[in-house]
Amino acid sequence: MKPLKIGDKVLKSRLFTGTGKFSSNKIMEEAILASESELVTVALRRVDISDEDDNLLKHLDHEHINLLPNTSGVRTAREAVFAAQLAREALGTNWVKLEIHPDPHYLLPDGEETLKATEELAKLGFIVLPYIQADPVLCKKLEDAGTAAVMPLGSPIGSNQGLQTRDFLRIIIEQSNVPVVVDAGIGAPSHAAEAIEMGADAVLVNTAIAVANDPVEMGKAFKLGVEAGQIAREACLAEQLQHAEASSPLTSFLD
Amino acid sequence: MGFYDLLKTYDWEQTRDQIYTKKEEDVLAALSKKRLAYEDFQALVSPAAEPFLEEMAQKSRSRTLRRFGKTIQLYVPLYLSNECSNFCVYCGFNHENKIERTVLNQKQVLEEAKAIQEMGFEHLLLVTGESPGKAGYKYISEMVSLLNDQFKQISIEVQPMSTDEYRDLVDSGLHAVYVYQETYNEGKYPSYHPKGRKANFQYRLETPERLGNAAIYKIGLGCLLGLEDWRVDSFFTALHLDYLRRSFWKTKYSIAFPRLRPHTGNFNPDHAISDRNLVQLICAYRMFDENVELSLSTRESSQFRDKLIHLGITTMSAGSCTKPGGYANNEKALEQFTVNDDRSPAEVEAKIQAEGYEVVWKDWDNILQETHA
Repeated sequence: MKPLKIGDKVLKSRLFTGTGKFSSNKIMEEAILASESELVTVALRRVDISDEDDNLLKHLDHEHINLLPNTSGVRTAREAVFAAQLAREALGTNWVKLEIHPDPHYLLPDGEETLKATEELAKLGFIVLPYIQADPVLCKKLEDAGTAAVMPLGSPIGSNQGLQTRDFLRIIIEQSNVPVVVDAGIGAPSHAAEAIEMGADAVLVNTAIAVANDPVEMGKAFKLGVEAGQIAREACLAEQLQHAEASSPLTSFLD
Repeated sequence: MGFYDLLKTYDWEQTRDQIYTKKEEDVLAALSKKRLAYEDFQALVSPAAEPFLEEMAQKSRSRTLRRFGKTIQLYVPLYLSNECSNFCVYCGFNHENKIERTVLNQKQVLEEAKAIQEMGFEHLLLVTGESPGKAGYKYISEMVSLLNDQFKQISIEVQPMSTDEYRDLVDSGLHAVYVYQETYNEGKYPSYHPKGRKANFQYRLETPERLGNAAIYKIGLGCLLGLEDWRVDSFFTALHLDYLRRSFWKTKYSIAFPRLRPHTGNFNPDHAISDRNLVQLICAYRMFDENVELSLSTRESSQFRDKLIHLGITTMSAGSCTKPGGYANNEKALEQFTVNDDRSPAEVEAKIQAEGYEVVWKDWDNILQETHA
């Protein structure tokens, strides 16, 4: 399977994971290890970046795991830039998952502020991975602004509804020059496989693993789902026939 | 339209009749919906829904898990003052009660803060009675600034204030304000709040709107369960929540369930709510709003709280002492209400973990708040 390159990193796994909603930090750690994820996002609101012994961070201390701090909770580009700078200083990474959702209910991203923050953070040397609506135009603008990848949502965050935005994701994938990571809404390994088969470069999964009865087994299932999608893509999926063939060919008069 | 005017378009008795005449079919219709209308919420808090409590609990549990995961947030109240110029007939801080009154000074507050931090808390709730002279805006503002560097999230449950005052507090790092209407029954409200500033029903009712205008991050709502018919009061709380959600979309909401128990203190509530009905109510709110924080304090027993972890509650207090100065010293000032779960925060944490949930001590960071940054 082809590795994925984002910024300066080469990742074997195309499964990114989140750290919220787990029943314990220990189970979170086991599930993430089982998923073989190499990029793990951590909410700045949840960890104490000034505390070297932060319990959550200690459980992510593995050589193959790269931390991806996220700015969940900020309402504006300014707040996001400030938070990213503090995270860089404290965690020693210039990677940031930009989450600007002024709506605290459905956590829907603010495209306008996200674009502003991406421009600024890219100039400051950050590897920016912005969480956004499945908006193809915004994705191109983010590319122009220097984003390292785009992270469009598959369906509302935490909803487990899969790729409700698939038609827009297809356009984004078709047009993108940066990796496309489907973030939010992926509720089953089959959804993850579908995203990768469709051409997404990676997926980010949190709720579906964290809230499963057995998060460790579910982490493994997602690993396999993502790998299946990638192997299938590399083996070239047979083109799907959208419609049954017409019983009377329309062009037979040309023969 | 402001919420006061919206509330005026409803009649208490008529709303009560609507709720009490709901039938099984109304409950079944509500149970089958993804998004509840007001009538559906009425059906779920009605007597007709009582036989469907298990179905409601199952739905409440799965929706809560999806949004909040297997986590429970813990906070602790710091009682700064029990000075109060109100006459609320149900409250231990009532001005007429002859109790020793205290307003903690900075040194005492820092001692309390230290004791609280040692218990592991990162989120702090500051509580006072209503005493503009002795613990007014200026005092509270000083305390928020004093404590903001030591905790990751500061909230208050104090007297209602003006929009400008709230704006200034948000600028000093305040995160959330809890202000409970006690009852939405305007006709009966004066009999519980006969004198003092709190007697002004409309000013209290409009407090969440002033908070929304001040761009506060979170607003806590609720009524005092037992004062009036909980089914009717809870409907109006849901109406209030929905109004605020539409008007102030950047603000988070929280609902609490302070419950008056019969035969405690001098006040005997006429409308005490049973454990079964409280569970019904919690599940109904969860089905009405998947994203709202639902909070249960140490007024409730440990046995009851442990079960509720699974049913929709997302936030709990632990180790609470309702006496000003009670964490650092054994101060003699009277407590506001009797705590029914007197376990230490560590004991509560151990129990939450045993139930298969993670305790979240920190879910905010001042660095995310521009105004403070």
